[in-house]
Amino acid sequence: MSSAAEIVFDRVTKRYPGRDEAAVDDLSLEIPAGAFCVLVGPSGGGKTTALKMVNRLIPFDSGEIRIDGRDIRTLPLTELRRGIGYVIQQVGLFPHMTVGDNVATVPRLLRWSKRRTSERVIELLELVGLEAADAKRYPSQLSGGQRQRVGLARALAADPPLLLMDEPFGALDPITRHRLQTELRRLHRDVGKTVIFVTHDIDEAIQMGDRIAILREGGVLAQYATPDALLADPVDDFVAQFIGGDRALRRLALRTLDELPLRPGESGPRVAPETTVRNAVSLLLELKADALTVADGDRVLGSFRLADASELL
Amino acid sequence: MIVAGAFGDAFRFIADNPGFLATKALDQVELSAAALAIALALALPLGIVLGHLHRGSSIAIGSSIVGRALPSLVLIGVFLTFLGIGFVNNMVALAVLGTGPVLTNSYEAVDGVERDVVEAARGMGMTHLQILRRVELPLALPLLFTGIRVAAVTIVATAPVASVAGGGGLGDIIVNQASYRLSGVLAASLCVMALSTAVFVGLAGLQAAVTPRGLRRTTVARTPLRKEQL
Amino acid sequence: MDGNGPVIPNFGQGDACVTGDHTFCWGWVRDHWSDTLGPALWQHVELTAVAVGIGFAIAFPLALLAHRFRKLEQPLGAFSALLYTIPSIALFQLLVPFTGITWTTVEIALVAYTLVILFPNVVAGLRSAPPDVVEAAEGMGLTRLQVLLRIELPLALPAIVAGLRIAVVSTISIGTIAAFLLPKGLGYPIFVALGNPIPFKTEIYAAGGLAVGLALLCDAGLVVLRWALAPWTRLARA
Ligand SMILES: Nc1ncnc2c1ncn2[C@@H]1O[C@H](COP(=O)(O)OP(=O)(O)O)[C@@H](O)[C@H]1O
Ligand SMILES: [Mg+2]
Repeated sequence: MSSAAEIVFDRVTKRYPGRDEAAVDDLSLEIPAGAFCVLVGPSGGGKTTALKMVNRLIPFDSGEIRIDGRDIRTLPLTELRRGIGYVIQQVGLFPHMTVGDNVATVPRLLRWSKRRTSERVIELLELVGLEAADAKRYPSQLSGGQRQRVGLARALAADPPLLLMDEPFGALDPITRHRLQTELRRLHRDVGKTVIFVTHDIDEAIQMGDRIAILREGGVLAQYATPDALLADPVDDFVAQFIGGDRALRRLALRTLDELPLRPGESGPRVAPETTVRNAVSLLLELKADALTVADGDRVLGSFRLADASELL
Repeated sequence: MIVAGAFGDAFRFIADNPGFLATKALDQVELSAAALAIALALALPLGIVLGHLHRGSSIAIGSSIVGRALPSLVLIGVFLTFLGIGFVNNMVALAVLGTGPVLTNSYEAVDGVERDVVEAARGMGMTHLQILRRVELPLALPLLFTGIRVAAVTIVATAPVASVAGGGGLGDIIVNQASYRLSGVLAASLCVMALSTAVFVGLAGLQAAVTPRGLRRTTVARTPLRKEQL
Repeated sequence: MDGNGPVIPNFGQGDACVTGDHTFCWGWVRDHWSDTLGPALWQHVELTAVAVGIGFAIAFPLALLAHRFRKLEQPLGAFSALLYTIPSIALFQLLVPFTGITWTTVEIALVAYTLVILFPNVVAGLRSAPPDVVEAAEGMGLTRLQVLLRIELPLALPAIVAGLRIAVVSTISIGTIAAFLLPKGLGYPIFVALGNPIPFKTEIYAAGGLAVGLALLCDAGLVVLRWALAPWTRLARA
């Protein structure tokens, strides 16, 4: 039922007053509807600036940003923002409102009926892994991870076709962060919205994104590609260095065995089809085996050899 | 012995003249209420709007420093030379006295609402008015109310000083030991003290009642330093 | 009027400016600096210095105690807040049965007010050292006392100076009310001028101006003191 929006940055430039260098420099980017696009780059690369231009929290100097073909500057400001979910690292929950009231903020601004609003609140809390009973609690009574879940639920409340997220998991411990990353991916698959996600962590970008835009200092787009293409072909030294080593192995981590054309027949120890190719290679080396059998329970799908991995690269 | 005797006389004075003291107290309350109303009408909107816009911090901070440096007696004296003896002069002087804390606190309260929270509200498409009404004001309420409370107590406590300029109220008794003796002066002083303590405690209760539930456990610790770093 | 009280201007005798009830008469200020305004200013400075000095000498150790034994802070804080609501004009009179119509009475009341201002500020200052900083210091092997002396006290300086500013300025302001009790301080010339059938403007403005000027000067002096003592706060103006 929910829709997604296509976002286009068309030669957008932003210079803060009193600074010579641009924060975002001639940025052009097409983000198809339903994509999970990650903006990544070193601190000060203009990621936050680029993101906040979309909901016009920051005005830009030249160029155009279009949502589904419409110039965002022609849309009424409140209407634009109510159609965009916005999540930040500090979450920004309203401390004087309960979790339920926080989530219900936009539906109430949009004058939804009481019943529809409260049903939506419960639906959302469950969607982000909280309980209906949590609606009555106050933000000060929640853990960091729970707060970020509430922030996400609040952003999704009015079912916006676009979600902007600025380092949403940056302040969380690694375990909580990993859990939320996984859940956000699942959520993205389920609700199918366009997401623009900002992070400075290239591993998070590779794990989360369908497409990754790398911004370098001065707000210049260095490369815009799928994670696989990025790992396979960094356009220059800056990108290569930013991505770091182990590129081949990290590419293998993006694929699972069930996505591959497997060899027929059974050979070697059994592994599950959702094993990543990287883990499969690791197992081969560890077990000193020539091949692995990919089996879904009792059903054998085929076998995998080391040479199949290098084929992928 | 002497001490006990003096206060004994004072309590006897209270017991003997309850109506007289009550009338004087009422005069004082009337003067204070009028002054507080003016101070609130001027300073509250100004402080809130400046705080929302994050503009004019020097006005808000400056008014608190200058406000504190202006002795009540000086204010009353100076306004008297313009406005003449009586209610209006005293009301204006006391109102000026109350403006400082209200302006400073309402500015600081609204200005100090966490930026992330306000940004989240903006990102949701709230208008300025909606942000102010639904987010900033509720969050600013405790500190804002503290300003009102300080102003109210300051005004009530200073009102007796206005007696030197025809203010009426309990101060008339305090400055006139010749007529009322020490017992009357002490009795009036006790009433003045009771009055301002009542205002302080009453408003503290009201403040607790209006503080949004989600804030009760957290905000107490955050506020003092911000104010004192001026 | 007796000999040592300030001269009450007589509208029949003064120069043309005074008798004509002009807005401000410089001549009068010059003529009565040495017998009225000067002494009043000096008394006011003395009054303030003694009150703030004694107030700080009591508030500081009390705050250290409250910092060490946290249970003490709540009752001490509540008591001082309540004390502060007692109007000065009443407090002066209520102390009369104990200490008479004396300088001591005035100082006791003023010390009480400074105490009430300084105590919470010093406590808040001592608390302002971030827990991670204290932890890091303890982790480096500093003793409790060393943490207090090298970390907490320096970090408390801005708050302590802020408290001193409020205390000094408030004491100067409240000090004018002492004139209701004793013919001393900058309040007294105002008190006298207001007692004239036609209030004597020059005296009100001059004494009032001196009181406000003294307060602002002391305030500015303390700001400079903080700059000198806590240079790191010059940067932190976020
Ligand atoms: N409000 C602002 N005023 C001036 N310069 C700013 C402002 N916000 C960001 N900048 C500058 O713009 C550049 C990009 O900042 P930002 O978009 O926050 O980068 P990122 O989110 O990638 O770390 C930086 O050099 C930063 O210092
Ligand atoms: Mg950023």
